[in-house]
Amino acid sequence: MTLLTFLGVIVVAVILALIRAIKGPTSPDRVVGVDIMVTITIALMVLLGLFFKRRIYLDVSLIYAVLSFVGVIAVARYLDKGL
Amino acid sequence: MNQIIGYIVMGMGVAFLFLGALGVFRFPDVYNRLQAGTKCTTLGAFLSIIGTGIIEPAWFLKCLIIAIFVLFTNPISAHALARASYKSGVKLWDKSVVDKCKEFEECINVEEEDK
Repeated sequence: MTLLTFLGVIVVAVILALIRAIKGPTSPDRVVGVDIMVTITIALMVLLGLFFKRRIYLDVSLIYAVLSFVGVIAVARYLDKGL
Repeated sequence: MNQIIGYIVMGMGVAFLFLGALGVFRFPDVYNRLQAGTKCTTLGAFLSIIGTGIIEPAWFLKCLIIAIFVLFTNPISAHALARASYKSGVKLWDKSVVDKCKEFEECINVEEEDK
């Protein structure tokens, strides 16, 4: 029951970050929203693994963290001086 | 006992995650949003993943790897993003009082030419 409450709060947080990513005025705003959303989603996936008692969710969350790091660095470099 | 400690740590992490997302939603500027989002979200993700590892002791090593990876890479990406958004010309908020980066803009440009 406690875990279900935590999952609900985290889903609300993901939706708040997603709203910022959709309506941000400039493009760095959108990238910030997506970055925060991805970091919250990593924690959400680990908690889902605890909820379903599946260990594979930990691997998925680790790969998602690596891909989001590379993606944000690439977008920052693009905003900085072009690819 | 393990369960209680794990759920307390995880609850603190979830509270930090929610406050970080609320800050990203509410704050007026890119830099304010980056500060709120990055600090709160890094600590929140770290605490919730460590809490999961405490609840299930067999998963602790892998949870520790994910948590330390998040702890290392999240500030790096936020720093790169803040620097890129400053150099791509996003203005500060009207009520922001100090802009230390303006003094070093020459240095940044010289560095650019060296590369």
